[in-house]
Amino acid sequence: MTSVAWTRRRLAFGRFWDTFRGQRPGVIGLAVLVVAVVLALVAPLFIDESVTSVVTGTGAKMAAPSLDSPFGTDESGRSILLMVWWGSRTSLLIGFLAALLSIGIGTVIGIAAGHFRGWLGAVLMRVTDWFLVLPSLVTALVLAAILGGSTLTIIMAIGVTSWPSTARLIRAQTLAVEARPYIERSKALGGGHWHITTRHVLPNVAPLLLASTTLEVASAIVTESTLAFLGVSANKTSWGTMLRGSYDWGAANAGAWWYILIPGLCIVAVVMAFTLCGRALESVLNPRLRKAGA
Amino acid sequence: MTTLLELDDLSVTYRIATGEVPAVRGVSLSLDSGAALGIAGESGSGKSTLAMALLRLLPRDARVGGRILLDGEDVLAMKWGRLRAVRWAEASIVFQGAQHGLNPVRRIGDQIAEPLLVHGLAKPDGARKRVAELLEQVGLPTWRAGSYPHELSGGQRQRVMIAMALACSPRLIIADEPTTALDVMVQAQVLTLIKQLIAEHGISLIMISHDLSVLADVCDRLAIMYAGRVVEDGPSREVFHDARHPYGRALAAAFPTVGDPVSRLAPKGLGGDPPDPMELPTGCSFHPRCPVALDECSTLDVQLWPAGQARSAACVHVRAKEEVS
Amino acid sequence: MTTPLDAAEPAVQAAGSGDGRPAHRGTLRYALSKAGGALLSIAMVIVGTFFAFRMLPGDPVRALAQGRNMTPEQLDLERHRLGLDKPLIDQFFDFVGKTLRFDLGTSYEYKRPVVDLIGDRLGATLLLAGAGLVIAVSLGLWQGIRAGWRPGSRFDRFSTGVSLVLWSVPTFWLGLLLLMVFAAGIGPIPGIFPTRGIESVDAPDGFAYLLDVGMHMVLPCLTLAAVIYAQYLLVMRSSLLDEVSQDYVTTARAKGLRDDEVRRRHAVPNALLPTVTLVFMRIGFVVGGAVTVEAIFSWPGLGQLFYEAIRVPDFTLMQGTFMLLTVSVILMNTLADVVYHVIDPRVRSA
Repeated sequence: MTSVAWTRRRLAFGRFWDTFRGQRPGVIGLAVLVVAVVLALVAPLFIDESVTSVVTGTGAKMAAPSLDSPFGTDESGRSILLMVWWGSRTSLLIGFLAALLSIGIGTVIGIAAGHFRGWLGAVLMRVTDWFLVLPSLVTALVLAAILGGSTLTIIMAIGVTSWPSTARLIRAQTLAVEARPYIERSKALGGGHWHITTRHVLPNVAPLLLASTTLEVASAIVTESTLAFLGVSANKTSWGTMLRGSYDWGAANAGAWWYILIPGLCIVAVVMAFTLCGRALESVLNPRLRKAGA
Repeated sequence: MTTLLELDDLSVTYRIATGEVPAVRGVSLSLDSGAALGIAGESGSGKSTLAMALLRLLPRDARVGGRILLDGEDVLAMKWGRLRAVRWAEASIVFQGAQHGLNPVRRIGDQIAEPLLVHGLAKPDGARKRVAELLEQVGLPTWRAGSYPHELSGGQRQRVMIAMALACSPRLIIADEPTTALDVMVQAQVLTLIKQLIAEHGISLIMISHDLSVLADVCDRLAIMYAGRVVEDGPSREVFHDARHPYGRALAAAFPTVGDPVSRLAPKGLGGDPPDPMELPTGCSFHPRCPVALDECSTLDVQLWPAGQARSAACVHVRAKEEVS
Repeated sequence: MTTPLDAAEPAVQAAGSGDGRPAHRGTLRYALSKAGGALLSIAMVIVGTFFAFRMLPGDPVRALAQGRNMTPEQLDLERHRLGLDKPLIDQFFDFVGKTLRFDLGTSYEYKRPVVDLIGDRLGATLLLAGAGLVIAVSLGLWQGIRAGWRPGSRFDRFSTGVSLVLWSVPTFWLGLLLLMVFAAGIGPIPGIFPTRGIESVDAPDGFAYLLDVGMHMVLPCLTLAAVIYAQYLLVMRSSLLDEVSQDYVTTARAKGLRDDEVRRRHAVPNALLPTVTLVFMRIGFVVGGAVTVEAIFSWPGLGQLFYEAIRVPDFTLMQGTFMLLTVSVILMNTLADVVYHVIDPRVRSA
């Protein structure tokens, strides 16, 4: 790519960043995200998997928050604070990978559906619409139950059930981009399918993808924690699993509010952060949304 | 002739996050009963804001100053109930129907009849008859009352907007860019219709457009706005053919005269853009683009100086010329 | 979760026949084509379910054996009972044939036909989901209209804020919180609502029984309604904002209508169209919510049945309930398409 194109892209990014900075909720969301990701990444420097071990639980069982364990303990005496910290790695990782998978599938199918006219495009659209109608949680539950609840299968279950909305969005965008005259010119000059889609369509849909991915991660984290709560995930450390524990061990009846509140607040905080960030990105890319105060 | 509408130092300022935007700055105009006034200008000149202000249709964050005297009554001082009674019954608006001026999910007939029912001027039966009458007047078949807006062409929708505006037999019609989005042929038809109707019913008209030739054709008087102010005002033919303000001249030259082949072949443009209302130039707002600007133009407080019989223009050259004569 | 409005694309057709005749024939044709599409989708669900439960890695019988001591003979017996020892093509036609005859097999856990179990549980779910939807839709739309009519106002900012938070809250966690606060009681606040089931063990008769069910319904219903209500609010608000910026709304004001008349007669009907479509299209989400809520509150409905099937795991039951839930969603979506076609004049005349 020429240096002119790079400079142009850099300037465009600078403008983009300036506009984004003006979206206060988005900036707050981004800040929270950064903190969460950093905390998740540095966790191994302070703690390790043993915080989830039932055997080495040191504290009193189901103890309220105290100086010893600031967020209280669970039914095995494990520190909620440390478990939540360690669990952030799982929840964020699965959320992120599942979103990537979803966006990946959605983009490929979306671009293909928009690019290829004729029966291929129609078939892809039909398949997309069918997947879109499937109730996502129910389908993910079934897939997780059949495939077993390992991390990989959970990621797959979420990815396979959430790609359609992205595909529709990308398809609409692909159609819009390909309607532009320079695409015709490119085709006339001999640009093949691969060339048109990767060199022209993809860069144009890329900003949209960024916003979509961010929102998709929020959705994936909620889905993962729900799957874990409902017991189909084999994962022992995710926030959803912790909440499952609180339910199984009657935290509600025992009044162990910390066991229910803390992991849940973590989920809400991270999901809201991704959502605010994603909505701000959408606003920046679609000025019409900004004006309406949406 | 009585004065139907008088604008006395009208100003409209929008409040936005980063400050205030003066869209209209001290406009004074008058309109006689039965006459037609054209208001011309580019986008951002404040002409549409002016039109909306007349019936207090601006958004809540707009501050309006001055007076709008409709038949001697100040619209800006009217109580809410009085204002609602005045709306449409005394003065109505014709928007660009080709866009979204009509409610897409209601039938044409209902929309034309609506103001009649709202103002209690007719019962549902009487309203139906009146709708048929109005559709005939604008040249549409009466069965169209059962159609939806999307079933009509742009020109037909514009006629519906006109029929709707006539419903309560108002004394004044405000037409905001009524022909802008239409094909030239359709445009001519609609303009003819407008001229015919206002003559027939003795309705006063304020027409807003960026196309001077259209205004010169339909209106008696013409006012040109620039950056929120009136910069020229006078009989429409005179202003169009011989504008005294440099902006007026440029605007007239940009639009070929309807039917004049010479002007069609040699349009002259004007460089630059209208000024940002939040950063207006000092002195005369036009001086950065003006081909005959003088040094004093950047500091002089320009006003509308007389420039002939019932004419005025806000240009220092006009003042000089009149002082000489 | 992507922006809601991108999913609803009403096909606005260009000027139609324009002769004033109502296009009833067009609607019938449209309904038939949509019904055909629905049948195709349902067929794809049946086929897909078959293959998912048979061909995906993970031998269902082995999964069944997890944690249970089963001899090889018992495993073979189970395999035979599930028909897994027949050739695949036979299994397929067997399955399709039975499904079309509404024979969804026998539940491993309950030892009863799946359709019977579904019949038992259907009413409870309809009651819960129906009530939840009614609350979510009416409150969400009303508040969304009020918020969208005065954007930037305190009411609007409050409504939007609450909705964004609710959208981020996982349904199950909300359920846990409500359970903790209102059912079990926390600190000085006593628990008022029951924590599980649809009726008390010593259920009274007559009107008192209805009241008892009602008390049991409060928490699960609220939990279910909360998240969907937030979605509907945001969508309605967005739709209304789109309409308010159109010229016809200014025309309506200029005609002398009162503010609320403009809103009611012009802005809202137009804004409702894409919103209603979205309400129906989100039914899949409601189904997922119902499963979660019924699981937490032990509400004896289809959702809980499905959840139990997952937990055991009872594959026959899982298969049957999954197909039912999915087919219901498809049917509701088809209904939504047809209803939209009828109510939007722009689409109707095509």
